[in-house]
Amino acid sequence: MITAIARSWQLVLSFVSELGSFLTLFYEALVACFRPPFRWKQFLKQLEFIGVHSSFIIILTGLFTGAVLALQSGKAFRLFNAEAVTGSVVALSLMRELSPVMTGLMVAARCGSAMAAEIGTMNVTQQVDALKVMSVDPVSYLISPRVLATTIMMPLLSIVFTVTGMIGSYIVAIGILGINDAIYFDKIDQYVEMQDVWDGLIKATCFGVIVAVVGCQRGFQARGGAEGVGRATTQAVVYASVSILVSDYFLTAFMY
Amino acid sequence: MLEIKGLEKKFGSLHVLKGLDLEIPLGQITVIIGGSGTGKSVLLKHIVGLIKPDRGQVLLDKRDLNQLGGEALKRERMRFGLLFQDAALFDSMSVFENIAFPLREHRSDLAEAEVVELVKRKLLQVKLPGIEEKYPSELSGGMRKRVGLARATVLDPEIMLYDEPTTGLDPITTKAIDELIVQTQQDLDATSVIISHDIQSTLRIANRIAMLHDGKIVASGSPREFLESEHKVVRDFLTPALERIEINGS
Ligand SMILES: Nc1ncnc2c1ncn2[C@@H]1O[C@H](COP(=O)(O)OP(=O)(O)OP(=O)(O)O)[C@@H](O)[C@H]1O
Ligand SMILES: [Mg+2]
Repeated sequence: MITAIARSWQLVLSFVSELGSFLTLFYEALVACFRPPFRWKQFLKQLEFIGVHSSFIIILTGLFTGAVLALQSGKAFRLFNAEAVTGSVVALSLMRELSPVMTGLMVAARCGSAMAAEIGTMNVTQQVDALKVMSVDPVSYLISPRVLATTIMMPLLSIVFTVTGMIGSYIVAIGILGINDAIYFDKIDQYVEMQDVWDGLIKATCFGVIVAVVGCQRGFQARGGAEGVGRATTQAVVYASVSILVSDYFLTAFMY
Repeated sequence: MLEIKGLEKKFGSLHVLKGLDLEIPLGQITVIIGGSGTGKSVLLKHIVGLIKPDRGQVLLDKRDLNQLGGEALKRERMRFGLLFQDAALFDSMSVFENIAFPLREHRSDLAEAEVVELVKRKLLQVKLPGIEEKYPSELSGGMRKRVGLARATVLDPEIMLYDEPTTGLDPITTKAIDELIVQTQQDLDATSVIISHDIQSTLRIANRIAMLHDGKIVASGSPREFLESEHKVVRDFLTPALERIEINGS
């Protein structure tokens, strides 16, 4: 009993201290963004890696997510003759929930893991130490460009996800379910508001911060050779995914 | 004077440095010798503040480097150059970019052509001309070490720390690197701290030698004092290197 309490107390403590180190790193990265020199080259490289190179996978997943949503909700609404609202339901779920969350998860898997692996490898092979010895702040050189680039790219990718998702849903709704396309668009126009778009983008931005900070922090903490880097990479994806889903609830609760 | 006072460091239960005292005179070459795993590299990392001591100080011009934070520490580090034991080259950058990196960061006054020229000269000094476009993974261990040497010295730091600069090099290149170290030290009036396992070249180039054993500096002095030392640990360490060579076979 006592050991159980002690163990859970330990767990709470380590959770709080981990959370603290994420927040500290985020703060440091933020401060470093505003302090010269600004790392344009690193920043552009990350924009390309996160934004451009992720777009294919985002388009692909977006298309099918929208399609399956339309299929499921269209069939369900048909039961009480309400399939006309399919378009607006898909649009709302994409904008408010699925685009930011799915984009967050995809980018966590693709880029957060890469960040942890890259920085982790640099860490265990003393390249981070080499930066420090050369009076180059590793946070400003490695972390700030990644955090900034992910934070900017995530809402954009989320928009791409929504747009392709809507295309997927349109194809299914009109082509397979046979919904009238004038009504389809009319309902979207009727139910979707600008606020829904903004809410989704705010979420995506927050998830961008989470993915980058978690990925970089795990990399920074990596110890002990290839195995340590592997562990850091796994943790980066797991921690970021869990944080996205948990914070999604609180962000949603906060927004309504 | 670079002064190390009462340095203590534990990694978990492993007590590596146990109250180490060492004075490193500026403008000279000090060589630190000692058995493998005694904490020489750890000591060097303490000097540049990469590792924080549990107790003790590293004083440069009477200022404790470990008390400095942020910008002040960065500024002090500009005075140091460190060659890592395994070179620590940036593996995503070519040799050229590696050596040009400190220049790009801290000498933005240099034109691109000057950077190219300087890198070329550095590579020539370490006997590796023309490998600018190669990547660290394509180099041998000894080549990597020498690229690391070129990168560490490209800004002409006041205090150069070398972690086994010649380990793994052939005798001719070893001699060339030794000469380069001496030359650098004389040209710039720089301070050099070298970790070495090579007794011959230590005796050849050192102004002072310090021996690390069991977490402390057990002996230090000029090469001559070292050769004549009666200290048991020193004798045990030097003897194998200075014995007459017995040739295998007959
Ligand atoms: N970051 C670290 N974490 C834990 N232990 C460490 C760390 N760095 C060094 N050690 C330990 O400290 C001891 C001294 O290591 P160090 O690298 O300084 O040896 P060394 O004298 O340089 O040996 P060598 O001549 O083989 O390079 C070793 O036992 C090593 O395991
Ligand atoms: Mg060593």
